[in-house]
This record gives sequence, structure tokens and C-alpha cells, in this order.
Amino acid sequence: MIPAAFEYARPTTVDEALQAIADGGDDVKVLAGGQSLIPVMRLRLAAPETVVDLARVAELRGVRDDGDAIVIGAMTTHHDVMIDPLVQQYAPLIAEATETVADRQVRARGTFGGALVHADPAGDLPAVALALDAEFVIAGLQGRRTVPAAEFFVDYLTTAVEEGELLVEIRIPKLAGEWGMRYEKFNRVAQAWSIVAVAAVVRRENGRIAEARIGLTNMGSTPLRATAVEAALAGAPASPETIAAAARSAAEGTSPSSDLNAQADYREHLAQVLTRRAVTAAAGL
Amino acid sequence: MTAVEDRPAEAPEREVGKARRRKEDARLITGRTTWTDNMVLPGMLHLAVVRSPVAHGKISSIDVSAAQEAPGVIAVLTGRDVADEQGSIPCAWPVTPDMVNPGHPSIAVDEVNHVGEAVAVIVARSKTAAQDAVELVDVDYDLLPAVLDMEQAVAEGAQLTHDHLESNRSFHFVFDGGEAGTGVDTDQAFADAEVVVSRRFVQQRLIPAFMEPRSVVVQPQGDNYTMWSSTQVPHILRIMLAMVTGVPEHKLRVVAPDVGGGFGGKLQVTPEEVISLLVARRLGKPVKWTETRSESLMTAHHGRDQIQYIDIAADREGNVKGLRCRILADMGAYLRLVSPGVPVLGAFMFNGIYKFPAYRFECDGIFTNKTPTDAYRGAGRPEATFAVERIMDELAVELDMDPLELRRKNWIRAEEFPFTTVAGMTYDSGDYETATQQALELIGYDELREEQRRRRESNDPVQLGIGVSTFTEMCGLAPSRVLGSLSYGAGGWEHAAIRMLPTGKVEVVTGSTPHGQGHETAWSQLVADRLGVPFEDVEVLHGDTSSSPRGLDTYGSRSLVVGGVAVVNAAEKVVAKARRVAAHLLEASEDDLDFSGGTFSVRGTPGSEVSIQEIALATFAAHNFPEGMEPSIDADATFDPENFSFPHGTHLCAMEIDTETGMAKIRKYACVDDVGTIVNPLIVEGQIHGGLAQGIAQAMFEEAVYDADGNLTTGTFVDYLVPSAADLPHFDTGNTVHEAPGNPIGAKGVGEAGTIASTPAVVNAALDAVRHLGVRDIRMPLTPERVWRAIHQGGDGGDRATAGTNAWGGAQTETTAGVSTPQSALGGDQ
Repeated sequence: MIPAAFEYARPTTVDEALQAIADGGDDVKVLAGGQSLIPVMRLRLAAPETVVDLARVAELRGVRDDGDAIVIGAMTTHHDVMIDPLVQQYAPLIAEATETVADRQVRARGTFGGALVHADPAGDLPAVALALDAEFVIAGLQGRRTVPAAEFFVDYLTTAVEEGELLVEIRIPKLAGEWGMRYEKFNRVAQAWSIVAVAAVVRRENGRIAEARIGLTNMGSTPLRATAVEAALAGAPASPETIAAAARSAAEGTSPSSDLNAQADYREHLAQVLTRRAVTAAAGL
Repeated sequence: MTAVEDRPAEAPEREVGKARRRKEDARLITGRTTWTDNMVLPGMLHLAVVRSPVAHGKISSIDVSAAQEAPGVIAVLTGRDVADEQGSIPCAWPVTPDMVNPGHPSIAVDEVNHVGEAVAVIVARSKTAAQDAVELVDVDYDLLPAVLDMEQAVAEGAQLTHDHLESNRSFHFVFDGGEAGTGVDTDQAFADAEVVVSRRFVQQRLIPAFMEPRSVVVQPQGDNYTMWSSTQVPHILRIMLAMVTGVPEHKLRVVAPDVGGGFGGKLQVTPEEVISLLVARRLGKPVKWTETRSESLMTAHHGRDQIQYIDIAADREGNVKGLRCRILADMGAYLRLVSPGVPVLGAFMFNGIYKFPAYRFECDGIFTNKTPTDAYRGAGRPEATFAVERIMDELAVELDMDPLELRRKNWIRAEEFPFTTVAGMTYDSGDYETATQQALELIGYDELREEQRRRRESNDPVQLGIGVSTFTEMCGLAPSRVLGSLSYGAGGWEHAAIRMLPTGKVEVVTGSTPHGQGHETAWSQLVADRLGVPFEDVEVLHGDTSSSPRGLDTYGSRSLVVGGVAVVNAAEKVVAKARRVAAHLLEASEDDLDFSGGTFSVRGTPGSEVSIQEIALATFAAHNFPEGMEPSIDADATFDPENFSFPHGTHLCAMEIDTETGMAKIRKYACVDDVGTIVNPLIVEGQIHGGLAQGIAQAMFEEAVYDADGNLTTGTFVDYLVPSAADLPHFDTGNTVHEAPGNPIGAKGVGEAGTIASTPAVVNAALDAVRHLGVRDIRMPLTPERVWRAIHQGGDGGDRATAGTNAWGGAQTETTAGVSTPQSALGGDQ
């Protein structure tokens, strides 16, 4: 459990961090909270040439109000996200899902941005970000760009963050109207990753579901939106029967893997049950 | 006599029965103690082991040159380099005269037989340098087919685990009650039976998963060697190392410092212990080896892994007539210290608490290309208890009887103790009815049954089931003559010594080496009562063959029942010696002395008294001592039990099953255990809780899974699921007390009870919840997927996909602690 030798940089600003990444050689890994990177390095599944540790980049921490969005710094820890009043007010789904991430110790060190940029399909926050239509602000030496969640998650452990770039903040649009949210996580022991989970965000209007956004965790190599369910729910009456019928399409367009916890067909089944439960709760039924 | 502290006049409160907090816990929990890996010796070198990434293959070449030239590397040794001196890892339990033992080199020489087997060892100046060099050793393997499935392994024309053997069978052990004269003819009993129920149960492979990974330090001093090892068995280890390596026993000192758990997993003589000693001897330098968690899961011995074919015979009224058990027991690739003995211990327990007139047990020990199996908490008895408690439920279903009623009809009644069973064991004491009644009240049985009925009627998606396990086990390993009759290589006695120090403090030396059980506290309580000294004045010494030279260590719920008795007997001898000194000092006859609260007093002469502490000082001075008596009141004792002890109890589990997802959740768990006299209720409660956690873990969470190439895919705690407190219910526990007649403490042993009893209670509960939906069996562990499949697709839930979980971007099927191969980098069954 000893990592291979590596160079180590500990910048204090985003600019310094980008420079350290540029100077770091062929294989640079960015250390955010280290809750995924350190284990794979200790098992020598990853042996980066340089590790750039963002722990001292103060500008990457914290949550702020930015008018029509709240902005979460990439290095804000899970714990700090969970207890943040802005998050609780405008994006309680994030707080709810973050509470299910691993255990207290991991939440004290792991970061919001780190979990998203790691893009583990079994991780809880990517599907939540997808359901909330989050935007990802990515910095490079040439400046900053913003990528919508729908384009951020590219493949297994792969995001739109290019070599030499850094995820710096995540913008969560404030939602207008009567929204309900729910994260339904399914796992075998408390601190484990999701076997399948469903993030549901539902806007109700006059007894109908005006809009539903549903993010699926671990139903493919990236987090996915259950678009068929969303379409079936849009404008439908907010009744258990409608929701149950719509939820049957939850696995459409997914390609879940088979592993010790679940084979693909069982994951597809779980996606349907959990979608029904998440949407039902989010719809306030 | 001023060195002795003033003592209160009144007799101290009785210690036995007091829920003392454990005196050792502060240092164990904070880690400020002598864990082996904390040791640093001058000039110490570090070892790292190069391990096989393939399950079965011939080693065609090993190139160590790059590793040898790496910075900080002192030496690289292969199996060939130590072939003449490494001997074979010993197996102390040849269960049959013709048992086949393929031999077990510590470092593979020509052939590897399981993933993780050592093929070379790096010796370096730092742990980092050693670990870096592991990747530089280049080993070529000619792959051979891996034998992974026991039922295939015993089939005609099967591939061989060891190609120099004739088959994959190590032994065939039979106990037949008819032949032994303990029962009637089994075949006849089945031929005459009105009802026969047959089932195949799978005891999955488990990993002991002790908290402290294994660690070894060896220090050479001339031709003497001291080994510190995180072991349960320093005494056995010393003898075995002497026999394996040729280092004379008297030149070898073994120390088990504080040890962080074992669960049987450190009841072993490990390849790494042998390697460490060989390297220290060869280089003349102190060495340390400490495993990673991945190495531990992959290479420390595993447990369980049986396929059980169980037949039960009964009449229509539910009177059992016979039990027939055919067992395939996976030994893994090699035989370790007591590998074959584990299933054989179970042979005497499959009949449980029931009065079977006929019983036959057959067991085949099978080789596969997997990590060897050996003792794991319960060792043979959980397997037996599971089988009998599951088959009793199946018989109840067949007869349409209440499972408790069926048990009650057949169990040994309180007035029938001592009772000799069809397996030839004499159960000492107990009352199954009382324990059962208490457990039913604890769990609120009638209300739960009512709720179960309501949920069934309303077709609730969450169904409720209640499972029963009325278990017994054999503890206190073991009467030496019984071990001898089973061909075990050692006795089962235990040793203790008591040293009275001049200031009145007491040193207790025990041969029963703890690894987390709380011996220091319990032994102090025993001695405080017997000698009348304060609890705090007792120090317990253990685990060092130079200070506690005789002992047989800790396993099989033996410590209190055997080792504790030795302590008590030694204390009685101290009192007897002290009495003679007291009589001399008080100028009275020994017969006129009373001994109470640590003080001898002359009957009828108030004020004429002397404390045992004063006697200790008088003995040290020896100025005024009885004529002809040597100046010592120290004593030692060796206790060899006449019989095992037989704790029992009733465990009840209420289980909720979400039929939509298959998620199983324990709603309530209640148990009433009879472990005889309780010395420390807090320790007993802790043992029950920990035992329940491990037994429930077998039922619901844990399984060592190998893929088709023989890689352990549950190679980290991401995939090998050990439950935490968050995953377990509140436990409602209770006790009945029937003293063990076989020892002066009256204790029966508690270390394994919870593990042995709980697994079938949980599985029975799950089946009770969904049997009305057509489910007949669900294989352990009860993963949500298996439960869901059993409900919706039939069968027992089927095989799991073998790929490591898709989560965390790493582990997947990585199995070799840093050596990635095509076999190990499957990336999931995608």
C-alpha cells in the first residue's frame, strides 16, 4: 500500500495550479480530496508522474450566491456542501445525496468537484448534477469555459475537462416554482457506492407534473438522464399510477454493467423501482 | 511490613459477575501499544513478497536481476534459493491415516497453485524500496487449468489442482453412529422412514478479515532468534517453526504482543513467518514483514467453503429418525495447520440439540486452486449448525408443522442432561425450553407473527419473516485424549502460573494468549476473588514464550474454560502455600485458619490475622518461614479438561424483505444464550454482539468470490462487504445460566456462540418471509439480487457476476497487490 514515487506540487492559486499541471510532465493527477485517487495510487493502479494538490487553493472553496445560480467551489468538501444554507435552500437534492456519500470521514475530506470530475458512474453526485442541469466551469491556461452537465460526462471516469485544465466551480441554477426533489440510493452497506440510484427533480403545477428531470446513477459508463420517463411525465397528472407507468421506461437507453452486486437486468429492474419511488416522493405523493 | 498498603477491613465485593470495563482497552483502542508493525529495531530490513497473479502454473523462469539492482534492495530470494531450508508449512491434523498432503512450500519453487502464492521475497532497507522492487521481478508462468469448483473437482476426469497427485481428494472422513455404537443403522433408519427431506446447502467461502493485518519481526542474536508476530498462537508457532526450519526450539523465542483480532485467521503458521525467519537467519539482520489489506484478503487463510448434502428422516408426527450428511470441504490449494480438522470438528455437531437415533457423516476434503482454508470463528460448528437448523425448517415445511414445535418435539429435555448424543458427545447441562421461552418474549414473537399475517394478507410489498435457530456448540478445546483419538498433533490443556510479588501485587502468567478477548480483565477478576487482592493489583502476562513458556493459546472458545481454570487452580495452590506460612506466622494450626477477603484469621481469636500481601512480603524476606518449606508461595497449574462444554441458546430473527427490490433487512434480533457462569457480563455481551455481527455477515454480506481464472475478485473491502454497526440491527440479548459441571468456574465459553447460532436464524427468517411466494432456498449471502431472483425467477438466486464492482474506478478484479495482468484486469463483465 505504498504508491510509486511521484513529484508533488502544492499551489495556492488556480493560476499556480494550472502552471503546475502544465509543468508536471506526461501524467499529472490533481489531488482534490484524495478519497479516490489515493487508494488507486496506493494499490499502484495509478502511478502519476506528478500530483498537484489543491488543498491550499483557497479560492476553490465555498458556496456563493450568484443571482440566478448558486456556485459551489470545486474544493468544497462534502461536509461543507451538506451543511451550506444556500445548498439547502436552492438545491436540497445535493445535500440529500451528499449525506449518502461514503462515511463521515470521507465526507470531511472528499470534495464536491473532486467527486464530479472523477466521474465514477457509481458516484452519487454526477447524476444529481445532471438532474439539476448544473454547469461546470473549467479553467485552462487560455482562460475559462463553461460546459453544461449534459456534455460534461463523456465516458467511464472521463469528463470534458481536457489535459492541462482544471474544474474550478459548479453552477447550480436556482429553480423557480414548486419543485420537489428526491435521491433514492440502493446499496448493500451504509458506506458503499450505489448499485443503482435515482435523482428526481419534479415541478408540480395544478396537480400535474409540469416538468421532471431524472438522473440515473450507475446505469452506464456515465450518469444518464431517464429521458423517456421525463417525456412521459411532462404534463401528466401527479398520480401514483401515472408515475408507475412512466417509471417502467427508466432503463430505456441505459447500458448497465454486471458485477458482484448486480447483473445488468437486475440493475434495469432497480432503475424502474427506484425511479418510481424517487419521482413519487419528489412529487410529494 | 510497611511496604504493604493499608487494606479496608471489609471483604471486597465479589469480582466474578461484575461488568468491569476492560483494563486493556485504553491502550488497544488508542494504538499506544506494542502492535508488531510499531516495532523498529536498529538496522532492521523490510520484506515485500512477490506473489503469483495466476491460479495455477509452472514457473518457467524468474528474473530477479532488475530488482536486485534497485536502490535500497539487499537481496531477492526465490523459492529455489530457499528450497533446501524452507520445509513445508505444517499440517497438524491428519484426520485420516491416508490423508494426502501435497506439501506446502513457503515460497513456490516449481509451481504456483493459487493467486497470491509467494514466488519471491524482496529484502530492502526500507519498506518503500522493497515495495518498488516487487514490480521489477519478472516471472514467466506456463499456465495450467485452474480447478475452482468442488463438484467438478470430484467428477471423473477432472483437472488436477496438483498434477503430481492422483486426484483432488485429500481425505475421506466418516463418522457412522451405527458403527460407533452411538446410534442405530442409518440406512435402515432412512429405509424405514415415512418422510425424507434432502437439501443441498452451500457454505460460501469467507475471509476472517481481522482488524490488524498480519505482521512479523524477527531479530537474530547469535544463533538465537526472537520473533514478534501478530499471531493467536505463539506457543504453537514456536514448536512448528523449530520443526520446519530446524532452528532448535530452545534457540527460538516467539512473542505475540498485543494482537488486533484473529477470528481463527491467526491460528496459523504462515509462509511469511517462515520466510521472515529464514531471511533473518541468512542475513543476520532484523527483518520486518507487514502485509497490506489486499495481501491479507488474498493470502491469509480463508474459512468455511463447504457444499453440504443433507438428508433428514422422520415420521409423519415429526419425530426425527435419522440424519445423513455428505460434505465437500474446500481445502484450497494446500493443507495448513488445521485445515482438515475444521470440517471434522463439525462432524460431532450436525445432530445439534436433537435426539436423532441414527446419524452418518461423511466428508471429503477437496483441493482447489484457491487460497487455503482453515479455522474461522466457529470452525466446523457454524457449518454444522447451519445445516441442521436449516434442514429442521425444511422438514417442518414438509410436515406442515410449526418449526418451533418440531424442534421442541425432538430436542433433549432439561431433565435428560447429561445426555450422550448420536455423535458420541456428552452434553453437559442446559435447558432449551427456558431459553426459547425467554427469547420468544424478548422478540415479541406473537405480535410479529400477527404482523406477518397482516402483511401476507394485504400482499404488502414488504414481507416479514421470523427465523429460529436453537443451537448448541462444543467449546473448551479440548480434552487431550479426545484430540488424540482424532489424530490431532497436540494436546488441549492450558497452563497458568501466579507470582506473588513482595509488595503484594500479583503477576498472573497465562498460556492462553489473547488477541482482543479481554483476558487481562477476566483473569484479574478470577484472581482477585480467589486471592482476595484488589482487581487493580493483578497484572496478566501473556504471549511471550520466554515469560509464559507453556501454553496452547487462544481459539475454540477455550480461554476461560481451559486457561481460566488453570489460573483458578494455580490461585488455589498459592492459597494453600500461603495458609502454611500464615499458620506459622500466627502460631496456629492450618486447620484453625479461615481465609476470606485476602486475610487469614484464626478462628475464635479476633485480631489474630495476616493478609496474603503480608505473607508475600514475609516470603520475600524469608526471615521467619516454616521449617522445611522453600521460600515461595508461587504456584503453577496445568488443566486438561475431561469433557468439552456445551453452550446453547435460542436465536430469533425477524426479517423484512422488500419484494420489489429483494432488499433484506433485519427488523429485530433476539437471543438468549446459556454460556454457563458469567465472569464479566460486559465481555460476554461484547462477544455475543461481535459473534452475531459475523454470523449475520455470513448470511447477508460476506463472500469470497473467485472469477473463472481463479482471481479473488473480492480483493478489497469495496467488494468484500464487512458490515458496520450501521448495517446491523439492535440486538436484544439475554442469558440463562446452567453451570458447566466440568470446571470450577462453571463457564462454558462464549467466543463463537453468536457466530454459530445466528447464520441459520437469519436465512430461516428470510425464507419464512417469502416461502409463500414459492421460494424454497436462497444462497448465502442474501444479496438483494439473489433474493429478488429467487422471488421472481425461482431457484436459489443463482450465481453472482464475478467482476468486482464497477465503482471507484480501480479495484475491479485487481487481485495481486500491484501486479496487473490480463487475468486480473478484466474491467468488469461488460
